[in-house]
Parts: sequence; structure tokens; C-alpha cells
Amino acid sequence: MLFYKEVLRFWKVGFQTVAAPVMTAVLYLLIFGHVLEGSVKVYNQLSYTAFLVPGLVMMSVLQNAFANSSSSLIQSKIMGNLVFLLLTPLSHWSWFFAYVGSSMVRGLVVGGGVFVVTAWFAHLSFVAPLWILLFAILGAALMGTMGLIAGLWAEKFDQLAAFQNFFIMPLTFLSGVFYSIHSLGPFWQTASHFNPFFYMIDGFRYGFFGVSDVAPELSLSVVALFLAVVSAIAIRLLRIGYKIRS
Amino acid sequence: MPAISFQSVSKIYTAASGAASLKALDGVSFDIAEGEFFGLLGPNGAGKTTLISVLAGLTRASSGRVLVQGCDVQIEYAQARRKLGVVPQELVFDPFFNVREALRFQSGYFGLRHNDAWIDELLDSLGLSDKANANMRQLSGGMKRRVLVALALVHKPPVIVLDEPTAGVDVELRQTLWQFIAKLNKQGHTVLLTTHYLEEAEALCSRLAMLKKGQVVALDRTSELLKAAASNVLRFKIDSELPAALKSRARITGRIVQLPANTAAEIEQYLAAVREAGGVAQDIEIRKADLEDVFLEVMAGAQGTQGASTDKEPMGATA
Repeated sequence: MLFYKEVLRFWKVGFQTVAAPVMTAVLYLLIFGHVLEGSVKVYNQLSYTAFLVPGLVMMSVLQNAFANSSSSLIQSKIMGNLVFLLLTPLSHWSWFFAYVGSSMVRGLVVGGGVFVVTAWFAHLSFVAPLWILLFAILGAALMGTMGLIAGLWAEKFDQLAAFQNFFIMPLTFLSGVFYSIHSLGPFWQTASHFNPFFYMIDGFRYGFFGVSDVAPELSLSVVALFLAVVSAIAIRLLRIGYKIRS
Repeated sequence: MPAISFQSVSKIYTAASGAASLKALDGVSFDIAEGEFFGLLGPNGAGKTTLISVLAGLTRASSGRVLVQGCDVQIEYAQARRKLGVVPQELVFDPFFNVREALRFQSGYFGLRHNDAWIDELLDSLGLSDKANANMRQLSGGMKRRVLVALALVHKPPVIVLDEPTAGVDVELRQTLWQFIAKLNKQGHTVLLTTHYLEEAEALCSRLAMLKKGQVVALDRTSELLKAAASNVLRFKIDSELPAALKSRARITGRIVQLPANTAAEIEQYLAAVREAGGVAQDIEIRKADLEDVFLEVMAGAQGTQGASTDKEPMGATA
């Protein structure tokens, strides 16, 4: 029921939570695609726009999954209406699956929207659709969980904004959405390997083109491991009522 | 088995850096029987809301435990919360949904999928039927308060907790609300109420506890508490300053002065003191002591034993 409410919550403001991010992604595509198309070829055979599309789709999935759980929680905390949930017999598992599940739905809906719109601009292939799906789902779950933790931790909107702008945004933008890390110098290549977002994007892109910066199995392991760790943290925080039950 | 059992409940808030920690609750123990209409009174900061938060599982007690119909609110939290319906003090709401949606979701959190018949009954009883499809943002404060009551009752809890439900609420709603709560109490629901309006507590509650500085300073049937206090009160109006000797014993509201008086001699002494100070007492009357007198007496008495500072603020003036 909480899952259903959380889905309905973002759907009710769908123009802001679904349509707007799709629009943003399309703008990225048009601008970067226009500037770089023709001058950059990735993996020697891909057009830049085709390379960019999966990156943007995945970026939208990740950002929106994060935004959903984190903004829902912080709003409920600040408005005070979280008390209605705190008074219910819902277990920490229910909280976890509801918030993360609804965030996954939003991430995947937005990602799907971005895909439907941007796919017109490029010739895409679908070498391994199961990998595409797997990475989208795991990535959304991971970011929904991160959003849950950030939403529990933050006490004010600006703390959440700081988390988003100084942590989530740089990691996303520097993860290879807009470039293959093989185009980077050795230092930044190594640095990118410590960025979990890189594996999500790279694995997702592999599903389209069958080529990637690292092996998809490695990406999958990293993402799954990371998901397990943050989930454990989130469930623990919910169980002790971190910052929501004094 | 009592409906609610507080067992040596203490809550200490430890301050971050060096500052003294606050003892919000200090060994609170009492039981509320099944079907009682129980009042929890005390000045602001006495620990009423903290005690209710511990009961509702919003706050963890530092020590001691709380049982709702035998279920520990920490260990068996799911069962305990199913038995409790809590109306929070703050007027909070979810801006995304209308009244009916909010009530349906709240039912869902308690595992009730098809609850519309009861939701309709609640809306009807609380005069909210025509607001069912209104967004919570559009409702007045009084209407929001009614929705909070409805939200607390969606799962038909046997124990109802109201934390200052009439603070800042108009007369009409107060009456609707009390009629409804009294009806539920007659049907067998246990009610725990905190309020600053002592005449409400006197009229509604069969038993009372008074809290001060986190401790229970009085616990008895309302009728017994009233009996124990000074039985009569001298009430008069005065335009000039009251003599210092009387001031410390008086309950003063603007020009109105009220003094506990059990004998005719006492009344004569009071009036003589006023006359000697050059004052004129007008509209003199003698009335029975009410709960506010008892309350002030208990609070004043309790302060000696705990070395607490004087809290002369009259009740009811604050929300």
C-alpha cells in the first residue's frame, strides 16, 4: 500500500517528475549531439549520438530513482506527515521495499520515456536486451536505496540538495555518460574505475552495443555488491529509526 | 489487563556538547483500565507529549516499558500499534492527497483493503462528508483537526490517544469532537486525553494524572481530586493592586481574583486585607472549587518537593 501511495505521489505531479526529466535528457542529446556528432567516434564505429542515448537513458533512470525516495522522505519529514507512517505497524522491510520499489518505478518510467524519445535520433542496436534490463533494474534499485538513505539523513532541503549536487551529480556526470573512459588519460581512467556509477552506465551500454569499457560481468558484480551494501545500511537505518524515531 | 500500562518510564535527552541533559520523563508509572476516559494534565514541558510519543513508538524510552493491552510497544510494536489510534498534536497532512485518499492509504498501512464503509461513517460522524474529495491544503485548521481524528480511527483501535485535540479549535468543533469521542468511549474504547482546557478534562475524564517535570504528582479519580482540594473559592473583581500576602495564594486573571477559602473566617480575612490596602472588591461570589484550582494547588505543592521554579502561568492560556 505504501508502495502504491509512493507511486501515485510522483505520478500526480508527473509533469515535474516524469515529463521534465525526459525533456532535460532530450536537450542534452540535441546539444551534445549537435556539437560532437561527426567529430567524435566512439569504439571506432559508433556515432556519438548513438553512444550518448543509452548513457542519457541510464542517467535519467539513476537520477530519478534517487530523487523519488529522497524527496518524498524529506518532504514527509519537513511537513511532519511522516508521523502517520510512524504510527503504523509497517515493518522496516515494508518501508524499504515501498520506497525503493516506487523509486525504481519512477526511474524506469522516466528512463523508458527518455528512451522512446531519444531513440528516434540514433540507430541503436540491441545486442543483449537482458543486460539492458538487468542494469536498469539494479541501477534504479541502487539509487532508490541511496535516495532512501539520503532522505533519512537530511534534515533540510539544502542538505539534500548538497548531497545531490556535490555527490550524486559529479559521480553521474563523470561516469561515462558523455564519453568512453578510454578517451581519458590514465589517471582519470583509473579514477573512473572507483566510481560505481561508471559500472552501471557501462554495463547498461554493453546491452545495446555489445562493447564496453570493462567486461559486463565485472560491472554486474560491482553493481550487485554495491546494492547489497547500501541496502543493508538502509534497512539497518530504518530498523533503528535513524533520525525518524528519537 | 490494563489498556495501557506505563512501567517506570524515563526519557533522558542527552544534549550534544556538555550542556545538561534533559530528563523529560522520570520514572512514570500508572495503568489505565479498559474502557476508561483518562486525562493527562500538566503544564507545558511537563512531559505529556513525550509520554504519548513513547506510547506511540515515536520515541524510545531510556528505561522502563509501556504495554498496550499487554503488548510491549517496542518488542511487539506491530500488535501494539494496531491497538492504538493516535491523534497527533501538530496539524500535519500530506499535501499530495485528498481526504478520502489519505484515509484509504492509512487503512492500507494497517492492512485494511476494503474499508470504505467505515471511512464513510467516520467522515459522516466528523462532519467531513462534503470535504472527502478536497485536498488537505484547502481545509481550515478545524477541518484538518477532524481529518487527524479520522486518520487515527481508520483501523478501529480499541485505545484512542488524543494529544491536545482542542488546542486552537472553535467551540462548535470541540462539541462535535467530544460527542463523538464520548460515543466511542461508551462503545468500549479506552480514551487517553491530554489537554490544557481543564474544564474539558473535568467534564470528560473519570480519572486523571498530573505530570510535572516528568513526574506524576497526582493520580486519582477526578471526583476524589476535586474533593481533596479546597472546597470553596472566593471570587471578586478589583481595580487596584492586590496586597502581597494574598497575591501568592490567588489565581489572578486580569481584574478577576480567585482565592481558596474553606471557612467564613478566611473569607473575612481576605476581604479585610483588601480593604486595608485601600482596594474595593466588587462582584463578590463564592463558588465550588473546580479542576483548575486543584491543578494549581497540586502544581504549587509539587514544586516544594522537587525544588522546581515557580510556574505561575495560568493554564489554558497556551496551546
